[in-house]
Order: sequence, then structure tokens, then C-alpha cells
Amino acid sequence: MRIKALAIRIIHQFIKDKRTLALLFLAPLLVLSLMKLVFDGQAVSPAIGTVDIPPTLIEKMEQLHADVTVFANANDAQSALGSGDLDAILQLDASQPKLMLEGSDPSLNRAVLLLLQNAFQNGAASTAPTITYLHGGPDMAAFDSFGPVLIGFFSFFFVFLLAGVSFLRERTSGTLERLLATPIRRSEIVAGYLAGFGIFTLVQASLIAWFSVDVLGLYMAGSIGYMLIINLLLSLTALTLGTLLSSFASSEFQIIQFIPLVIVPQAFFSGLFNLDAMNPWLQKLSLIMPLYYGADAMQGIMIRGEGWLDFQKNVYVLIGFSLLFAILNVLALKKHRRM
Amino acid sequence: MHSLPNIPLASAPAVELKGISRHFGSHTVLQNISIAIPRGQLFGLLGPSGSGKTTLIKLMTGIDRADEGTVAMLGEPMPQLKMLQAFGYMAQADALYAELTGKQNLAFFGAMFGLKGTILQARIQRVAKLVDLTDHLNKQTSAYSGGMKRRLSLAVALLHEPQLLVLDEPTVGIDPVLRQSIWKELSALSKQGVTIIVTTHVMDEAEKCDRLGLIRGGKLIAVDTPKGIMEQSGSTTIEEAFIAFGQAGGEEA
Repeated sequence: MRIKALAIRIIHQFIKDKRTLALLFLAPLLVLSLMKLVFDGQAVSPAIGTVDIPPTLIEKMEQLHADVTVFANANDAQSALGSGDLDAILQLDASQPKLMLEGSDPSLNRAVLLLLQNAFQNGAASTAPTITYLHGGPDMAAFDSFGPVLIGFFSFFFVFLLAGVSFLRERTSGTLERLLATPIRRSEIVAGYLAGFGIFTLVQASLIAWFSVDVLGLYMAGSIGYMLIINLLLSLTALTLGTLLSSFASSEFQIIQFIPLVIVPQAFFSGLFNLDAMNPWLQKLSLIMPLYYGADAMQGIMIRGEGWLDFQKNVYVLIGFSLLFAILNVLALKKHRRM
Repeated sequence: MHSLPNIPLASAPAVELKGISRHFGSHTVLQNISIAIPRGQLFGLLGPSGSGKTTLIKLMTGIDRADEGTVAMLGEPMPQLKMLQAFGYMAQADALYAELTGKQNLAFFGAMFGLKGTILQARIQRVAKLVDLTDHLNKQTSAYSGGMKRRLSLAVALLHEPQLLVLDEPTVGIDPVLRQSIWKELSALSKQGVTIIVTTHVMDEAEKCDRLGLIRGGKLIAVDTPKGIMEQSGSTTIEEAFIAFGQAGGEEA
């Protein structure tokens, strides 16, 4: 009897908590849909620039779904490769084919190599090309490529959880009510949280940067100072987003429920997976995800050795996100005190 | 906020409510409540749980806002950010940071009221002595007993020497000895001219107030001195009076 009563009580509690119920049923569907979109899209067609390549070979490559652009001289092709418009350049140098790979994404490297292997096998030329890399190299492991993204992801994830839960505690323990019975302004509360947590996120960002470069030996072409800036900005975004969303949770458990809704989709769009295979308009979703900008800058700095001018746009966007979330948080506090 | 004069009127009541109503959705929590509490009075709000006492207190302090009616504190229309400096508030929950020591808690809330330096330290020592926590100030609050937490919570409310103290069930869950000492303290503060508004559902505590408001089902059913309330209803105890008023109120409605 006791067991039955307990079971009925739990069922009643679940039905009362519509959100938990929705999460239980809808969140797995969401995650599964995302995975399908990422892995089961159009075939990847590598963008290859050619210089002085016989038309028969170009035809072969196009049959194999390569996106071929013919360049008149090697310099134009080089700059296109540098700006990311091309994945590889194939050119003839003294009748010897030479392949230069962009190199940031190991999976794309492999796709280009496989495609050319097939094209050459079909008898267009007998000699295999010599291969060079613009970024990275043949020994760059997959982890070197998505490591920068993971660094950003984990800073974001843990700061988000921590900030969300601690702001929630403030509410559930009654201290927020007491705090709001003092002459403190709502904006001061948000700023105070930013400052207090900011110190910890700074330490966290430094620790992660040091660990990944010096201990894990991640491929690092750029400046560790830049990397720190991006990581810190990502953490600030996570901090403001976490405290904002905690206003809409009534228990620690409900904070956890935000993970599949807020964190996991960002992981998919952050560069961990190659989105070229995804429907182009779905790819645009990445533009509203803070982690996308952080990860993009992080990859640029660590793999391509980018400088301030190359990633500054990402910095501005991350600052913008943080400000937006902080302002929304000030407004959300109106729920508890309307002045 | 309004065009009322910005000078605190010395003669204005500590708290004045006019025609206050508050609804949560379709549920009416408070209905047309008007009351004036003069300065220096120890005023008790008496009513069963769920009668709207806490909501009424939150409206007085400006933490919550009424759907109808006006609230004025010390002659100033509420809610106003600067008026939060004028009163000390102690909620039903202890609302302390368990990870901090007693002293750190006091220092934090003191800072919220703009206290700092030697003044802050002096005030901390004073209120700690008042609630008999001087020896425990450096202990983490999570190690405090229930009564000690309650006393620390009261100390926080007294820290900035407010003219008005608003206490929501200050003695709930406190043993009789401590309860008596808290009430002694409240009476002493009241004699010094501090206005105190306190909610309770304990009848014998109600008798210690200068004036009582009986609240039931969101309506103020009687306001008078404890003696006056007993006389009005022809009963010998507050408890009987409360029941008598409750029944009369029920018949009217």
C-alpha cells in the first residue's frame, strides 16, 4: 500500500511539474533531431582551387562532386585559401602536381585527399601530388582541431551551471528577498554577481588555457593572451546567461533541465561538427549562439594563429551577448521587486 | 514618485494604508484594507496562516505592490528605493548565507545599507551583544542552532538602526526562553521610539502589543488595543475574541 501511495504521489508531482514532463519527452527528441541534421545532410563538396590543371582532370574532380574554381595564377588561389573560400589548391609545378590543404579541419583534409586519390586513379595522371598544408600539418589530430572548441564549450558549460545554481540559491534561501529589502539597485545585484564570479572565471580561463596548451599540448599557433580574452568573454556570457535563466527555474533540478535546451544545441553549432553538410538556412542558427563566436575565435587563434583584426568581430559579439543578458537579468529581477 | 512633498512629515504615521487590495490571479489575498500605525507603536498583526499577513507586510515595505490603494511610510508614498533605508525587515525565512560566519553576514547586509569602517564594526558589536551572539560571531552560520540563526536574522534587521522594524513571525520555531528575550528586546526598542510591526499567530504574544490588527481571509476584521478587542467581543482572552470576531466577520460576508 505504501509503495502504491508513493507511486501515485510521484505521478501527481510529475503532472504538476509540466516543465519536467516536457523535458522528459521533448528534449530527447530535440537532441536526436539535431544529430540527424548534423550527420545526415547533403554530401560535403570540398572547394578546390586549381592552377594550370588539365581540363580532363578538372572534369574528373567535378564528377566526384568537388567544387572546382580555376585560378589564372597561384597568388589569387593562395589568398582565396587564406580567407577560407577554398579548402585546397591543386597546381602543376613543372608538370608535378602539388596539393596545398587549408588544414584546419582534419575531416575536410581527408575528404579532399580521398577525392583526389579517386580522380588520379581514374587515369588522368600517373604521379601522385606532393602535399603541403597552409595551417596545421599531416600529424594534426582531430583533437587539435576541435580542442579549441571544447575549451570554449567547457568554460561556458560549467560557468553557466555554477552561476545559475548560485543565483537560484539566493532566491530559494530567502536571501534575495532580504537583499531586495535593502536599498540596493537591481542593476547593482547583477553587476555584483558579474564582479564576484568574474574573478573566478578569470582564474578558470587562465587555468584552462595553460592546461590545454602546456599540459595537453594542443596545437597552438597564436597568442595565449588572445586565447585568454576569448575564454574570459565566453565565461562572462555564460555567467550572464546562467543568472538570467535561473530566474525561470525554481530548483537546482530545473537548472539542469536547461542543459539540453541551451548547452547541447550550442555544442552542435560551435564547430565540433562540420556544418557544411547541413541545410544552409539551418546553418544560420549558429549566428544566435554565443559559443559559435567563441569557438570560431578560439580555432582561429589556436590553429590559424589569427591576430586581433581577424577575430575582433567575435569579441564584439560576445560583449554584446553579455550586455544583453545582463540587462535582461536586471529586468527579470523586477519580478521580485518592481523598483 | 508622485507630486507629494518630499519633506518627511514628523507627524505622519509610520505606516498608512488606504484601501489596499492585492490579487494573485483570480485569488484575492487582501481586500480593501485601511490602517494607520502611529510612530513608536508596537503593532501586532494577528491571524491564522494563509490569512494574508505576509502579503500585507510586503506591501507596507514596498517589496510587493498593491493592485488597489496607496501605501505611505513615514509620510512618503511607497514604494520608493530610498525608503528601503528607513526600515529593517526580517522575513519568515532566516535569509542568511550559510557559508559565511555570523560577522560576515552582518558585514554584508551592513554594507548594503551603506555602513562601513569603524561605524560598521561598532554596530556589529552592538547588535551582536543585543541578541547575545558576541561569542559566536566568527562561527559559520551553518553551524548555528535554529534559535541562533533567528537571533542573527533579527540582528541583521537592527543593524542600520531603522526607525521602523517589520518582523514576519520573529519567534516561530523558537523556544520559550528565547521567545521571551526577543519580546523583551522588542519592547525596549519600542520604548526608544522605534515603530515595530510584527506578525504572529501566537495569541499570548499578541497581548504584549500596544495595538492589534486581526486579519482573516484577507480582511482586517478588528483594530484596537488587546484590552479593547477583548472588551468589544466580551471575551476574557485574545483567542476567544479572535474566534468571536471571526464568526461575526463570517456572518457579515
